[in-house]
Amino acid sequence: MSALTVSGLNVWFGTDRAYAVRDVSFDVARGESFGLVGESGSGKSTILRAIAGLVPTWSGTMMVDGETLGPRRSKAFYSKVQMVFQDPYASLHPRQTVDRVLSEAMSLHGVKDINTRIGRLLDDVGLGPGFRFRYPHQLSGGQRQRVAIARALACDPSILLLDEPTSALDVSVQAEILNLLVDLRREHKLTYIMVSHDLGVVGHLCERIAVMQQGAFEEVLSVAEMRRLEAKSPYTRHLLKSSIKSIR
Amino acid sequence: MSASQGLRDWLLAEEPTSRRQARFAAWYKGWLTLRSNTLAMLGLFVLAFLILAAIFAPFLATHDPFAQDLGQRLLAPGVNGHLFGTDSLGRDIYSRLLYGARISIYIVALVVMVAPVVGLIMGTVSGYAGGWIDVVLMRVTDIFLAFPRLILALAFVAALGAGIENAVLAISLTAWPPYARIARAETLTIRNTDFIHAIKLQGAGPFRIVTRHIWPLCISSLVIRVTLDMAGIILTAAGLGFLGLGAQPPSPEWGAMISGGRKYILDYWWVATVPGIAIFAISLAFNLLGDGMRDVLDPKEDNS
Amino acid sequence: MSDDAPLLDVENLWVRFRTRSGVFDAVRGVSFTLGKERLGIVGESGSGKSMTGRAILRLIRPPGMIEADKLEMHGEDILSAPEKRMRQLRGGRVSMIMQDPKFSLNPVMSVGQQLVEALRAHENVSRGEARRRALAMLDEVAIRDPERVYDLYPHEVSGGMGQRIMIAMMLLPNPEILIADEPTSALDVSVQLQVLDIIDKLVRDRGMGLMFISHDLNLVAKFCDRIVIMYAGRIVETCKASELGNARHPYTLGLLNSVPDLEHPRDRLEVLKRDPEWRKAPSVSARQ
Repeated sequence: MSALTVSGLNVWFGTDRAYAVRDVSFDVARGESFGLVGESGSGKSTILRAIAGLVPTWSGTMMVDGETLGPRRSKAFYSKVQMVFQDPYASLHPRQTVDRVLSEAMSLHGVKDINTRIGRLLDDVGLGPGFRFRYPHQLSGGQRQRVAIARALACDPSILLLDEPTSALDVSVQAEILNLLVDLRREHKLTYIMVSHDLGVVGHLCERIAVMQQGAFEEVLSVAEMRRLEAKSPYTRHLLKSSIKSIR
Repeated sequence: MSASQGLRDWLLAEEPTSRRQARFAAWYKGWLTLRSNTLAMLGLFVLAFLILAAIFAPFLATHDPFAQDLGQRLLAPGVNGHLFGTDSLGRDIYSRLLYGARISIYIVALVVMVAPVVGLIMGTVSGYAGGWIDVVLMRVTDIFLAFPRLILALAFVAALGAGIENAVLAISLTAWPPYARIARAETLTIRNTDFIHAIKLQGAGPFRIVTRHIWPLCISSLVIRVTLDMAGIILTAAGLGFLGLGAQPPSPEWGAMISGGRKYILDYWWVATVPGIAIFAISLAFNLLGDGMRDVLDPKEDNS
Repeated sequence: MSDDAPLLDVENLWVRFRTRSGVFDAVRGVSFTLGKERLGIVGESGSGKSMTGRAILRLIRPPGMIEADKLEMHGEDILSAPEKRMRQLRGGRVSMIMQDPKFSLNPVMSVGQQLVEALRAHENVSRGEARRRALAMLDEVAIRDPERVYDLYPHEVSGGMGQRIMIAMMLLPNPEILIADEPTSALDVSVQLQVLDIIDKLVRDRGMGLMFISHDLNLVAKFCDRIVIMYAGRIVETCKASELGNARHPYTLGLLNSVPDLEHPRDRLEVLKRDPEWRKAPSVSARQ
């Protein structure tokens, strides 16, 4: 059974129905890592937000573990699906310590034994116990993103939505976070759906990649195909060429 | 020395080891920021002085603030042991000033308990809920905002009768709309941030989000605004007193004292001037402190 | 002012900030020169690379302080130059392109007005002449229909076009030095190359000196002649871009190897192990 199925998804904004996502369908198997690539405004983040229930105006069908999602998300949904946001500087409450952020997430999910769990969670994301009572402004960008990942893992979800989790970070920190994500996926048997504008990052973490343009899927291809530059659509080829040119 | 040094190190530790320590450390850093602002500290000292004066008024007063002595009326400051002179009924102005501080602080405390709280609730609910709730609440706010504060307060007092409690109620009812506006504006920006999205994804309901996550961020800007507004509130209370609609004689409310000295202002300047200076001092002190609080409570602070 | 003096000569530059817990040094003893070349300054956030760029224009606000043994622009001392002279230099002889055009363009003025203003602030030219040159400049930054773009407002143009307009604006007064602070990080990949090509062409054609500040070592290596690598406010390594392959410093190697590469997949990315010794080692001079 697939972890996530999306079919015929449309998302629009405003009263004049400006479509951000048009008729998008895809299927993510359990344990798979699926990437969404595109330029800014291509609608890739909007898809994640629609899945997470942060955008109310959508139509189509979305299923998590075979259960169809309605207009409102249930508590059970949130214990299965969690999200990591792009900007670690904006995704942590400026007045709450790491401890407060994690313990609230756990208590909302009815986790018992919060004290020991927080310690283990911080270990999991590579932060020692010394970080537990710090405020976000006492943390670096990479450390904040680790806290955000810990928060997402607080309820042991099976699907993680990653919205450009490393684009605000330095390359060396990006490498640390990507390694962490690879490790966590193996240990916790997670399914990833990742959005990025960086083909290198997506190629590192994902097996299958959808290229988006103007709200629609241009094509879906495997990483192996992408590496061999076997893209069918001219847009994908252009995107591949310019990213590879900009790296080397 | 070593004990205070130890406390300091504990407060400024890079790695706090308990919730309590983290919270105290945050307060201590705020205090350090405030302390580096000389003017704000001046304001704080003046306020602390006034509060102490109000608390210890019975010990500090040289005379009974209500005792009339027509033989001693309108004495100049310093004459016959009357530090600030006496008023038209021969009451000691210094003693009345001390007791009057109690009334001013009482008014301030009551207003602070009502206006910002009402504003905070109205503003955050309106901003977070959006839709028709927002429209209704904001139109109500606009209606209150459209009245000149003193006039509306006058109308309330006229309807409810003169007296301090009614004056406070009237001031509070006219003071909350700006707070609601601020709280709503803050809520509108906060509710679309990723950390609110993140807590929503943990399954938190609107009540928890508003009270636990949005309020703490709104409160700082409200506290600043309230401190800055305090001067205006005291002046409105004094104004009502001056017009005879606030505290009633013989109560030593500062505004009423000025009002009482009005008739003699040309010949006996101190009767109106001394309470005037007191009002000026407390208003200025609140303003200075408010400016300092702005530096401390700014959520975008980046000092670590 | 001699002709053989480098465009920019910086020796032992320090930028310090006074904070509650003492003095914080953002830039610590950096030395480099800039000729008619493309000099890349690479480092991670907090490495002091942007501070270095701003210090050259004396754009550090108090409590920040700039100290240097030598800070010369074409032989002219700018460390002690009066503020009035600095205003002439900024935008006139040195221009700076910032990361995000959204924040650098005035939202209530049309593109054309801003270009004309920028030019007339530094040169005494008529409005007609300014307009003619602005249109020509827009054409040079590969804007297809300059007449139309001239009348647009900043919110009506895309990010890539906004950045090209910024470049046009900065190059209008014919500066000798261009400081580009992450000019393409806010743009999409396909637009990035185009913007870089434009900067490259203009800098070559006009014989300008370019200081290219970026976090992306690979990009800088491809684009610049010489590279300066900064860490914790110091220069840890400097080399010709073509010789980056011979780079020795573990920090440089770490930066190179930590980038995920589509063509050469690896199981794990190399993680930089920061050695506290790097902080203490003296700054390498990049003077030529």
